[in-house]
Amino acid sequence: MIEFVVNGRSVSVDVDADTPLLWVIRDDVGLTGTKFGCGIGMCGACTVLVGGRATRSCITPVADVAGTEITTIEGLAPNGDHPVQVAWRNIAVPQCGYCQSGQIMQAVALLKDIPSPTDDDIDAVMTGNLCRCMTYNRIRKAVHEASQAMMGEKTSG
Amino acid sequence: MLKSALSIIAIIAVLVFGAFAIYAYRSPIAPMSAAERPKFSPEIIEKGRMLASAGYCATCHTDGGGKPYAGNYPLNTGFGTIYASNITPDPETGIGDWSPEAFRRAMHDGISRDGSHLFPAFPFDHFTLMTDEDVDAIYAYLMSEVKPVKLDTKSSTIPFPLNMRLWQAGWQLLFVDFGRFKPNPQKSEQWNRGAYLVEGVTHCGACHTPRNILGAEKKSQQFGGASIDQWIAPALTAANPSAVPWTASEFTSYLQTGAGVYHGIAAGPMSPVVHAGIGALPASDLAAIGTYLGDIVGAPDTNPADNPLVLASLEAGKPDPAYRKDLGERLYATACAACHYNSKEVIEGRPDLAINSATRLDKPDNLIHVILDGVSSDEGSKGIVMPAFRHALSDEQIAAIAAYLRDKRAELKPWSDLTSRVAGIRDEHAAK
Repeated sequence: MIEFVVNGRSVSVDVDADTPLLWVIRDDVGLTGTKFGCGIGMCGACTVLVGGRATRSCITPVADVAGTEITTIEGLAPNGDHPVQVAWRNIAVPQCGYCQSGQIMQAVALLKDIPSPTDDDIDAVMTGNLCRCMTYNRIRKAVHEASQAMMGEKTSG
Repeated sequence: MLKSALSIIAIIAVLVFGAFAIYAYRSPIAPMSAAERPKFSPEIIEKGRMLASAGYCATCHTDGGGKPYAGNYPLNTGFGTIYASNITPDPETGIGDWSPEAFRRAMHDGISRDGSHLFPAFPFDHFTLMTDEDVDAIYAYLMSEVKPVKLDTKSSTIPFPLNMRLWQAGWQLLFVDFGRFKPNPQKSEQWNRGAYLVEGVTHCGACHTPRNILGAEKKSQQFGGASIDQWIAPALTAANPSAVPWTASEFTSYLQTGAGVYHGIAAGPMSPVVHAGIGALPASDLAAIGTYLGDIVGAPDTNPADNPLVLASLEAGKPDPAYRKDLGERLYATACAACHYNSKEVIEGRPDLAINSATRLDKPDNLIHVILDGVSSDEGSKGIVMPAFRHALSDEQIAAIAAYLRDKRAELKPWSDLTSRVAGIRDEHAAK
């Protein structure tokens, strides 16, 4: 049995140790917001937070995450109103939407480390999250907007 | 004293106006019913169709969504909006009761059948050059092929007294050289054919020549470029800023296809000129137009492929190859930088790999191990993990990432035999 926490809920799964975390999250835990893209850690669609770090779940063996705290897109904010999600909606970032949960998780991790990123910072960190609809300009804009919203929260709160 | 002076001025004004009115007077031409109209051969009608097309008659004499040639297309002038007239063969609202003579006078002299002056939005200053035969052919086409439409032409919005048509007699006197086209004996037959078409029926200058304050083409600036319907009709002269000068052959191919390889496409008001207009002319006529324009405003033919501006444009369009040249750098950007990033300082838990021990050892083994099999939550920092790229990346790809980190990021002596070392470690440590 491999045990870890997903979105604040303890999870215990009985699967092969090298099963990719992505399939455990989708098939065993039943959270399908996290997507399968390339399967080789090159597109970012499967990104979740492990210990707060953006992690490509499709190439992470589930045994490696034993004892960690994992956040998926479903657990980011109770009503889907994390500042990054709000910015995503305001700017209507997604086109087909397939990459967006991975993009959002990556952006959340980025903003935690670099609260006020430059365009270069965003490009460096988000390059591994591919968007087949080429919405990169809107993604960059949304990251900036979320950054401002989160900085505002900090100074006013 | 003052009173009598004013009276004299008033009398002179009335006399001058009276004299002008007499000068401006044109008699009506008797109506001709459809039954009285001469008959035309199919060849003449077909020729008329081509010429009507090359003169874009339908472009201005058809309102958006309206019936062909039924008029009411709005022409916005500096003086107000003029609505193009109905030139279908409807006898009441169109030109159905016009004789060939009346039609000729309109085309050549800018006078309507009833004797009133036509506004020069109708380019009779160009059509005056056309032969009687060509004008008659257009008449034959309009009367034979165009469906009569009963539709009154709207009044212009030009304010009184400018809307009085007799003033046009003065405009004509000042600005129009009436008379048929006279060939230039110094030039070739093809050149003269081009000149006839360009200056006459296709009336290129109507859009491409700037107009003076009274709306007449400035002859000294022929083809100097002008604004039309919020678009620019570019200069056809050397003032045209094109990288590659327009030449005879470029003019011809542009008019044939609607696009010039070295200039761009016919869009906006130029689109119907090419696609609904001039294209009806035979290829020989388009070549003649090219020859004429190429001679009077174009540059000598050159090979544009050698033009330095063309070469510079091609060069400037090439993507920056710097990003693509290093496979390791590219793979790092997509596979590693999602976690291994820092901005102005090294963040705890974000190993900056140029200063990481694994990158700086004499051998690449530790780095290769970590890339292949990742880092579990038990190892390293508690609670965070690194994915395993064993099944995601080939030996060559992992070697490329390692070489990029070692050579370019850490700027240390390159590791040798990286690819085989990756293969070796992969084998001896098969799947954790």
